[in-house]
Amino acid sequence: MSDVADRVKKIVVEHLGVEEDKVVESASFIDDLGADSLDTVELVMAFEEEFGIEIPDDAAETIQTFGDAVKFIKEAT
Amino acid sequence: MEKRRVVVTGLGMVTPLACGVEETWSRILDGQSGAGPITRFDASRVTTKYACEIPYGDGSNATFNPDDWMDPKDRRKVDDFILYGMTAAMQAVRDAGLENVSDEEALRTGVMIGSGIGGLNSIAETTLMMAEKGPRRVSPFFIPGALINLISGQVSIKYGFKGPNHAVVTACSTGAHAIGDAARLIMLGDADTMVAGGAEAAISELGIAGFNACKALSTKREDAPETASRPYDEDRDGFVMGEGAGIVVLEEYEHAKARGAKIYAEILGYGLSGDAFHITAPSEDGDGGFRAMQAALNSAGLTPDAVDYINAHGTSTMADVIELAAVERLLGDHAKNATMSSTKSSIGHLLGAAGSVEAIFSILALRDQVAPPTINLDNPAVEPKLSLAANKAEKRDINVALSNSFGFGGTNACLIMGKADG
Repeated sequence: MSDVADRVKKIVVEHLGVEEDKVVESASFIDDLGADSLDTVELVMAFEEEFGIEIPDDAAETIQTFGDAVKFIKEAT
Repeated sequence: MEKRRVVVTGLGMVTPLACGVEETWSRILDGQSGAGPITRFDASRVTTKYACEIPYGDGSNATFNPDDWMDPKDRRKVDDFILYGMTAAMQAVRDAGLENVSDEEALRTGVMIGSGIGGLNSIAETTLMMAEKGPRRVSPFFIPGALINLISGQVSIKYGFKGPNHAVVTACSTGAHAIGDAARLIMLGDADTMVAGGAEAAISELGIAGFNACKALSTKREDAPETASRPYDEDRDGFVMGEGAGIVVLEEYEHAKARGAKIYAEILGYGLSGDAFHITAPSEDGDGGFRAMQAALNSAGLTPDAVDYINAHGTSTMADVIELAAVERLLGDHAKNATMSSTKSSIGHLLGAAGSVEAIFSILALRDQVAPPTINLDNPAVEPKLSLAANKAEKRDINVALSNSFGFGGTNACLIMGKADG
């Protein structure tokens, strides 16, 4: 199960150019990791691609933190 | 109101010869060529398999290391033409000493950087990806990474420049129009400082295929690409595609003097015209180019006999001799005293960046009192009335330099530059 968290973390680190240790469960993509609204759209797309899932727009809006993303993806896969 | 004078206080470029102004210039004077086999993509399917590519590397020996100019995570979001434009703009802004300006200065500092085609490769790759994976996979950075005015946008965001923010799109005249139009904005009082120029990154399968279809590119010199760009030569067979960017900082003269800026040259004149003839070919009498040059001289308040050096459009196509005849007609008896060269012989045709890169070469010709060579000019197609600086840089007096740019659609621009206090 930690595999999902690692894969999500890798995507976040790559896309936002942040240090791995900053990507903690409560880290907000926008407030803590320097993302803007376009970055979050791209992150969600990267999650969809990596995990072969579809994340509807209204669900995407609820994914604000690293923890949110891992939780959503675990439930969807 | 007295006319506000406009001077050049910063230069930046990345070209097929080098990353950097001085490095490119010394290689130009040395007669080097930036042409070689295409490495940017698999060129096996296109007719022309050579181009003038920017020398990527680790940054040593004036190679271009993208990491030196843009963070990899930001680079992923933009087309290469924006990367090249940002690189040249950062050099120019640093050269002018304007990296940190006051809030008040920032309001009077603008940006006008254009491109001929913009994010051609991004558009092509995104389209192919969408065909395979569907529209939901299109990146939110696709549009802002491909739009032509996004170099201007990125530069303004990076430095906080809040003055006029604009972008020119006039094919191969883009760089010259950008500098001329930006100078006019300063003259008219819309800004005191402008970052201006052009950038291009069209060496892609679609770019080469498109210009091959127009029969515009050289195709016959796969064995020796460095000899393919040969303006005015009898054996020329089309232009060689280049890529890169050239950016200048323009500044109102008193403004530049007051802050003790290094002044390279003054923008003395600017002329524009339209051919109203054909989408890709100039009229045989060179009327459009002639009128652009005449308009530039008028705006500078100069007569043709003041012109010492001309950086020609000279693309290594059939049109070279049309421009040559127009220049000779303009200069009349003075032609024998003037020198004209095409630096496209060394770096190929940088399309939307050509006009600004060549304006910088003209400025450096003024500074160093030397006309750069037209390389590969072994057998002139016609007997020229002026020197074409064939194969060798020409040391000479240069007080006034003129730079021509002509684009598809019949759009012509001519810039005239002089020594700042000459």
